[in-house]
Amino acid sequence: MKKVVNESGIEIKPLYRPEDVCDSKNPIGEPGEYPFTRGIHSLMYRERPWTMRQYAGFGQPKETNERFHYLIKNGQTGLNVAFDLPTQVGLDSDHEMAFGEVGRVGMAVDTLRDFEVAFEGIDLEKITVSLTINGSAAILIAMYFAMAEKRGYDLKKLRGTAQNDILKEFIGRGTWIFPVQESIRLVGDTIEYCSKEAPLYSPVSVCGYHIRESGANPIQEMACGFAIAKAYVDEALRRGLGIDEFASRLSFNFDIFGNLFEQVSKFRAGRRLWAKIVKESYGAKDPRSMWMRMIAGGGGGGLTIEQPENNIVRGAYYALISALSGTQTMALCSYDEAYTIPSEKAARISLRTMQILIEEMGLCDTVDPLGGSYYVETLTNQMEEKMVEFMQEIDQMGGIVKAVSEGKIQDFVSRQAYENLKRLHSGEARKVGVNCYQVDEEEASVEFHPFNEKAFEEQVSQLREIKEERDHRAVERALQEISRVAASGENVMPALMKAVKEYATVGEMTQSLERILGRYQEPTLFDESSKERISCPF
Amino acid sequence: MKNQVRILFAKPGLDGHDVGGKVMVRALKDAGFEVFYSGLRKSPQEIIEMVKEKKIDVLGMSILSGSHLPIAKKTQELLKKEDLRQLIWIMGGNIPSKDHEVLKGYGVHAVFSVGSSPQEMIDFINRRYYLVPGAKPTFERISISFS
Repeated sequence: MKKVVNESGIEIKPLYRPEDVCDSKNPIGEPGEYPFTRGIHSLMYRERPWTMRQYAGFGQPKETNERFHYLIKNGQTGLNVAFDLPTQVGLDSDHEMAFGEVGRVGMAVDTLRDFEVAFEGIDLEKITVSLTINGSAAILIAMYFAMAEKRGYDLKKLRGTAQNDILKEFIGRGTWIFPVQESIRLVGDTIEYCSKEAPLYSPVSVCGYHIRESGANPIQEMACGFAIAKAYVDEALRRGLGIDEFASRLSFNFDIFGNLFEQVSKFRAGRRLWAKIVKESYGAKDPRSMWMRMIAGGGGGGLTIEQPENNIVRGAYYALISALSGTQTMALCSYDEAYTIPSEKAARISLRTMQILIEEMGLCDTVDPLGGSYYVETLTNQMEEKMVEFMQEIDQMGGIVKAVSEGKIQDFVSRQAYENLKRLHSGEARKVGVNCYQVDEEEASVEFHPFNEKAFEEQVSQLREIKEERDHRAVERALQEISRVAASGENVMPALMKAVKEYATVGEMTQSLERILGRYQEPTLFDESSKERISCPF
Repeated sequence: MKNQVRILFAKPGLDGHDVGGKVMVRALKDAGFEVFYSGLRKSPQEIIEMVKEKKIDVLGMSILSGSHLPIAKKTQELLKKEDLRQLIWIMGGNIPSKDHEVLKGYGVHAVFSVGSSPQEMIDFINRRYYLVPGAKPTFERISISFS
């Protein structure tokens, strides 16, 4: 009989029996009760299905606003905003390095005006908004708050999420701006500010997702995610906040591709482990602080450019895994996403996939339907143990902040990505349409998103107009204030709020911060042997 | 090692997706090439400076943001200006086949879209290297297998 080992390195038995789960340390427990293995709420989807939040954004804010309305009209219950790369790395649309990138992978944002247009006609109380922004997150959160205030919403009641997980950007995705420590300080500023001014807003969504996409296995994904979350918790505690003042507003973003049972167990184990960490290591009293709230359903690494229609089927399984895992929010990768920004049709298929699970397949009828399975319960226990072990390994590297600063996590995940590819090419790992069941494909059968070539010119001319119209002296004062508080160590959020309201640009505010905080230098840029050599370190 | 093909693997533009690029860097190193990695967010100008400074034979650019055409156009201008006619220039990433001809027109020698294997790139470099006038004669053909 062939030996089966899952990606997490656990050998899978052909049959699991009751004696496999006789683990007195880990009773299965109840959903809605510590340690929340079976779910963070007692009734889960019976009470309310997961939020459907497809990732969307492209071109100018006006085009993105149209797509938002299209998605909402089709039953989407939340928004998940994609920003273009200049916005993500804190550059204005007219910056030299923004050339060719404006409005390309997401919507272009320069000033508050862009947010006003993007969210026009959207009820921010009914539709919660998630901002996928990291390097420039503090600025964009301020922009979102300023836009909401201007429209008459009370920040005290405003819900929503920012990704704002900078540590994972150093590992994968790469939209860092400031050095590691300074970046963590900005995350701390947003947590602290929100805990006081916008207590229902989730300022951070810690992402194991991109670490997994960069080559980590499911265990490492969760362990790195928790280690990163702990770094932010430590930063918030250092400022004198109590754990129960902010921990309930931390959330997570995890990856879904891979073996179904392994992923479901990963999330059940992860929920239990995070609850234990927050309760036992940090002494939280409020059960909500211990919740591992999450968004799941995305798994770009599992989708293929070959036979793209197969991705519709994969997407359906990913949605099923997410539902069986008790996710709070779901966002699926659309089948054409290996090629292009999803077409309206592809985005709608993703939405329908989730709606079919809710309306036809009974996924909302009962809580944690796989709970009690000998296999899943055994795997849940084993996965948790392995996560703890890997968190200890990170501790041995000197902690996640040090490991990321030195490029150690980056190094091992990219090494693993290479090993994974070799397994794919040797046929050891099977991928349908890639190394088995291939067909001759000349052209992709997907419709390419038409890139609006004029978006760049229009965005830049609007930016110039706004720059002329605004109160120059007020902008200048606001920018100086940003630099001043960045230097003094005060929370930068009030100064950012002020500058945003004066229509200061993303680039101007980033520069005002960068002048004081400095800029991140990639550790992988130089060879160890010589500081001048631009060489690959691996 | 003497007479080794020198490859610069670059990430132009603002795209931070470097998983595939880093995988290729490792594969090319394993295949015996001397490989330099630019790091993220380099302008075409900075990349060409690195090409000159490191006496690069093969320039690989990895782009997944969709901005390959404007970046290639700019790179072509710089290559002309610097008279780097010997350079083999390849691109990889999320590049739809409808753009391959345009890139060829800009002087790109090969495109390795998502789904290409490292071996295809290695084979191309080996093959191409023999065709380039003035190629170093002692260059050894190295093959790797993924098994």
